[in-house]
Amino acid sequence: MKSSRSDKIMHGIIYVLLIFLAFITFYPFWNSLVISFNNGSDTALGGVTFWPRSFTFENYNIVFKEDNIFRAYMITILRTVLGTALSMFFTSLFAYGLSKKGIVFKKFYMIICIITMYFTGGLIPYFILIYQMQLYNTFTFLLIHGMVNVFNMIIFRTFFAELPDGLEESGRIDGCSNFGVFFKIVLPISGPVMATLGLFTAVGLWNDWFTPAIFISDQNLIPLQTLLVQIINAGATASLMSNLNSYAQSLVQNTVTVKALQMATMMIATLPILMIYPFLQKFFVKGALVGSLKE
Amino acid sequence: MKKETIPSGVPAKAYKPLGTKAPGTGVWSRFARQWDYQLMILPSIIFILIFSYIPMWGVLMAFKEYNLFEGFAASPWVGTMHFRMFFESPEFWSIVRNTFGISLLKLLIGFPAPIILALMLNEVKNIVFKSIVQTVTYIPHFISWVVVSGLVFSMLAVDNGAVNEVLVKMSLIDKPINWLSIPEYFWGILVSVGVWKEIGFGSIVYMAAIAGIDPAMYEAASIDGASKFKQIFKITIPSIAPVITIFLLLGVGNILNAGFEDILLLTKNLNNGILMPYAQTVDTYVYQMGILNQRYSYATAAGLLKSVLSVLLLYVANTISRRFGKASLW
Repeated sequence: MKSSRSDKIMHGIIYVLLIFLAFITFYPFWNSLVISFNNGSDTALGGVTFWPRSFTFENYNIVFKEDNIFRAYMITILRTVLGTALSMFFTSLFAYGLSKKGIVFKKFYMIICIITMYFTGGLIPYFILIYQMQLYNTFTFLLIHGMVNVFNMIIFRTFFAELPDGLEESGRIDGCSNFGVFFKIVLPISGPVMATLGLFTAVGLWNDWFTPAIFISDQNLIPLQTLLVQIINAGATASLMSNLNSYAQSLVQNTVTVKALQMATMMIATLPILMIYPFLQKFFVKGALVGSLKE
Repeated sequence: MKKETIPSGVPAKAYKPLGTKAPGTGVWSRFARQWDYQLMILPSIIFILIFSYIPMWGVLMAFKEYNLFEGFAASPWVGTMHFRMFFESPEFWSIVRNTFGISLLKLLIGFPAPIILALMLNEVKNIVFKSIVQTVTYIPHFISWVVVSGLVFSMLAVDNGAVNEVLVKMSLIDKPINWLSIPEYFWGILVSVGVWKEIGFGSIVYMAAIAGIDPAMYEAASIDGASKFKQIFKITIPSIAPVITIFLLLGVGNILNAGFEDILLLTKNLNNGILMPYAQTVDTYVYQMGILNQRYSYATAAGLLKSVLSVLLLYVANTISRRFGKASLW
């Protein structure tokens, strides 16, 4: 089938627009990566775009030497791993219980859940509650904030409800309790759902800067993203740099610039996600689709 | 126990004798028998009751003069004072304007953008090129707003910022502009960055919907001599209309969520005073008044007003959509 001239023009325009979109999406990341590997005072002269002009590891050296950043990184990793595990554990168990037929109060439980999807008390009453429960400024709070996720519960529940009955029957014949059936039979075959929801939960925890910014005042307990906000907002003023020893020293010695350090810190906060992304893209895409179902 | 006869016409299984309490049919004995399933459910229900429902009850503090140290019960009731104060505050109208303005702009541009991207990607026959574009454009969704704000500051910088460099080279502007110091540009920047971040990820659902269209329709159309362009409007868009409607509904329901993280970060935690007349929305105002200024009751009142309006809006949008026989959220 021959394509008409107008079709060819349209395809030409589409290719140009898509290349442009891909470029403006990619370039800011690439440029930041380049700047993070370029000598700071050289970057300040301008013109550093696609390739480092004066390559150096200096910026990363300083960032990795900084205790505050290292500690914040550890808190981020700990929160992401433990928080995701806790959330997946309680949410899937919750969903499994609710997926069973003939559960007493099931309707009541579901109504409780669904109301929270449309109406919340808002930021301030939640803040007061956390303060009164003495969870303010604790790592525990960072782990349990948003632990039971109603959206994820509904997706899990749909998945569990569609499992064939015979599957669980075989476990019961082997003498498993209902908990045993869940952990030994149901969980092992929930891999794809678990991976998709777990991935989104983990990315959410990794990227969360706002919860710690509000509920954590102890500078030793804040995760990387929250520290990164402080570093970005500090800009050229060296006020914050007094907290960051190796930053301050290197700035005094004039070997690097604030911008170079910002970029290097941004990169170490982003690289883990960029690195796992190509391998798990399948799950990321799946998440977008279950996400639309739950809505 | 007296034996009852089952009335004819009622299936034996469905018939439950009235007024009898056979052992094991009561709610609590059934509850006891399924204790293990209940044990799976209850911790989460308690969690939700504590962390979602206590704050819902806590919104009553909007009608009190809440004092953090006296506690909820001891704080005096003040009626609708905080609501009136909010209405009469000098910021009120600019908050309303910004919230609706930013939201509508986000809906007007941010909503169709992923649909257009999906339609364009669908026309690409080169699989490698298509997957590269998809892979690249999905990424920003998974990057934190913190990093995105860092990228924005870097790209829009006066010194060597890429946007200024390009515009100066193209002679569109004479000298670099400090984009984030001009309030009139803020909405545009906010909406552009939002589209940049979400366009790829948002296109996934539409791609999936397009993939479900019967290819025979396109074949029939091209035999009839319809151009590609015409096919998009006559086949593709009508076929994915239900998905579009659902997402439009959600968009309307979210119209009061003009933005929060993005605004906080792009205004440097609301410290960019020049931008604030155009950047302050209900959410940022609640945050500023409640968390930064510790006017808890006042901030709760503003937040409550927004929540109630939001639920109402979603309800109205859904009712309208239902009336026209289109998709419904519930």
